[in-house]
Amino acid sequence: MVPAGSTLAGTPIESALRRHGQEGRLDGDRLALEARGITKVFGNHVALDAVDFGLRAGEVHALLGENGAGKSTLIKILTGAYQPDGGMVLADGVPISLESPQQAQAHGIGTVYQEVNLLPNRSVAENLFLGHQPTRFGLIDRRRMERDSRAILARYGLGIDPSSELGAHSVAVQQIVAIARAVELSGKVLILDEPTASLDRNEVERLFEIIAGLKSSGLAIVFITHFLDQVFAIADRATILRNGRLIETRALDDLTRTDVVRLMLGKDVAFSGATKLEESRPLGEVLAEFRGYGRKRSVHPFDLTVHKGEVIGVAGLLGSGRTEMARIMFGADVADEGTVTVAGAAVAITRPTDAIARGFGFCPEDRKAEGIFGELSVRENIVIALQGKLGWFSALNRDEQLEIAGKFGEAMDIRAASLDMPVKLLSGGNQQKVILSRWLATDPAFLILDEPTRGIDVGAHAEIVRTINRLRDEGLALVVISSEIDEVVAYSSRIVVMRDRELVAELNGENINPGVIVQAIANHREASPA
Amino acid sequence: MIRRFLGRLANPQVGALVGVLLINWLLFPNFFRVTWQDGRLFGSLIDVLNRGAPVAILAVGMVGVIATKGVDLSVGAVMAVAGAVAATLVVAGYPAPVAVVVALAVGFACGLWNGFLVAVLDIQPIVATLVLMVAGRGIAQLITEGFIVTFTDPVLIFIGTGSFLGLPMAAVIALVLMVLVTLLVRRTAIGLFIEAVGINRRAASLAGIRSRMLLMLVYALSGLCAAVAGIIVAGDIRGADANNAGLWLELDAILAVVIGGTSLLGGRFSVPLAVVGALIIQAMNTGILVSGFPPEFNLIVKAGMIFIILMIQSPFAVRLLPPGLLRRAASRGTEK
Repeated sequence: MVPAGSTLAGTPIESALRRHGQEGRLDGDRLALEARGITKVFGNHVALDAVDFGLRAGEVHALLGENGAGKSTLIKILTGAYQPDGGMVLADGVPISLESPQQAQAHGIGTVYQEVNLLPNRSVAENLFLGHQPTRFGLIDRRRMERDSRAILARYGLGIDPSSELGAHSVAVQQIVAIARAVELSGKVLILDEPTASLDRNEVERLFEIIAGLKSSGLAIVFITHFLDQVFAIADRATILRNGRLIETRALDDLTRTDVVRLMLGKDVAFSGATKLEESRPLGEVLAEFRGYGRKRSVHPFDLTVHKGEVIGVAGLLGSGRTEMARIMFGADVADEGTVTVAGAAVAITRPTDAIARGFGFCPEDRKAEGIFGELSVRENIVIALQGKLGWFSALNRDEQLEIAGKFGEAMDIRAASLDMPVKLLSGGNQQKVILSRWLATDPAFLILDEPTRGIDVGAHAEIVRTINRLRDEGLALVVISSEIDEVVAYSSRIVVMRDRELVAELNGENINPGVIVQAIANHREASPA
Repeated sequence: MIRRFLGRLANPQVGALVGVLLINWLLFPNFFRVTWQDGRLFGSLIDVLNRGAPVAILAVGMVGVIATKGVDLSVGAVMAVAGAVAATLVVAGYPAPVAVVVALAVGFACGLWNGFLVAVLDIQPIVATLVLMVAGRGIAQLITEGFIVTFTDPVLIFIGTGSFLGLPMAAVIALVLMVLVTLLVRRTAIGLFIEAVGINRRAASLAGIRSRMLLMLVYALSGLCAAVAGIIVAGDIRGADANNAGLWLELDAILAVVIGGTSLLGGRFSVPLAVVGALIIQAMNTGILVSGFPPEFNLIVKAGMIFIILMIQSPFAVRLLPPGLLRRAASRGTEK
């Protein structure tokens, strides 16, 4: 398995390769594309650890896993964008080398990404034939190109004019053109990376018809998505990755949604005893009420009532609409449906300042891109939301800033050499504490925390969970989004479950239990609605 | 208090200015000689202040724009527009104060237009301000009907060439503007918000900062400063030259801001240091002139200077520095 002189010789990775490589796997199936013992290491992070992946001709194979599971690394290796550090790729049982996307294409492997990466300002025909246009006397034979394009498009049920600009068509049509191009160019394996992420339901159905047609013509299709319903609707088999390891490859007929979610999240949660033992406390008065609140192509209208002194946990897979829900509640995105009442009065929240004025605060999921101001000091990062609330002309002076930053920094136990050091020099956990302190300084009534504990060290993690509990006891309302089911169970007084951009269940009391949550994430029909 | 003030003076920009002045002194021993004549100061040093004033004023406006991760290429053209407006109005018989106020208002409006393109239409600043950079000279030519409009109005001429307490009027105006703008951004929260928007506009919006209003303000301020510089230049030559007033000065202003330590990627900024940057540029220009070198050297020296500064600020150079140095500098900054 491991080439002689490989840098991996003698390492645990090498032995892992050996282990997997020796396993007989020829089960009589003819595999259109096979990856054996693929290992990929970035620095000292093992992104893929001896992963096997087999793709049959004429199947739709779902590749599943949470963020960081290694899906995209595997795809990049199969399409020649990355070179594996160990393992091999075979096509029709013959080892092949994939050193560039062009080589992958030559071996019949085509890819379509979520964002259509064609040229929107060129014609449909040009996009179909880009790089291999039919020529006549050394010049592009435009007439033949358009004639051929028309024939190809007809096969995909598209009656559009091949000379029209690609960008003039809907994303769904562009997506189909991208698929047509990939199939025409490659013709054996089609990799679809989140093709449905920006499509509506009708468009998804249309895409599925095309996928079914391609499948019956013998194409091997890899389908990556966050939408479990779509996996069960179209895929034959699924491979589940977690933390760079192969967990399972199985026919979907043998799997329930609950199984899939359990395998993806990696906890045998159904038997976990982490049921909530705490006494149920009476609900405080209503702080905010969202009714039929939603945004097209982002999150379906939901109802949510937020009480003082409660933590509402939001559970759901990545891409289930959790973050989108948080963003429209805070006005970071504008809701186009529904109403919101705060303290009994109907209000409009169309931008963050509206929400902040009502006492809302929001810690975004992507700390670096949307949370911190790297070059500004810890002090300035903490006071900025309060200063934003005060406005341009009631500036806090340096001493006031130091006092506020010191007070909240101490309460959150921020480990910084000085309040005047740039926040980018702090660890991720301390940066998260800075952002929490920023909102606590505004004396909020309602905090929305999107994955507040992701990617931070154990100590900071515990501190943030402690803070969530302390704030609830002080009478704040909190909505906390987290992928850590045990964590959500531990601090939530109520849990709402998101699936496919929809709020599908609200769990109370005894139902705040990892098993019930996993079932609700997998399929709302199995869960008991509140 | 005094130690804190002296501490602030001890920075690379002031060091560079002193260095350039000392080189000038070596090349031209009379460089530091200042004489009193006809109620005002004369000498090469005063000349640096006087000639450096227009770029210093542009830099006062430009620094806020660059701190928001933008750039204002139109300031040279706005100078020409403001000069043309002021000159045409006094020639048409309007009193000088009216001409000045209208010219300033026109500059402010030009800045608002840039701010509108950047903040509301979300056009990239370099493209958005390019529009007015090109159109501005055309507008100025339309106002002056293609001629150089000369005037004899004593007030306008005083603004360009007069003196106050012995110092050139232009330098006094630049100093006053610098102080006013510094107070505006540092005694209010505007400076902090400008830096926040420049460093991370998405985070700024989520933290409740109205970045649109802020961007409109910084571009409008830049337009206003350009108008002030335009009036000074017109007063200096006693006429409005639509083609040449402020030509290429936007580049000097950007250079001054960058020398002053503000990154083109936005973020931390200092108004006084941008002015020091403008003085460094002018000290080089004046030094080359008085030391008898042909003025052609000016551009080469300036280019060399830009190169050195960009090298020092490049990620490449930062990597060459010992890693402890930055950390130490950061912690030293906290002891103030």
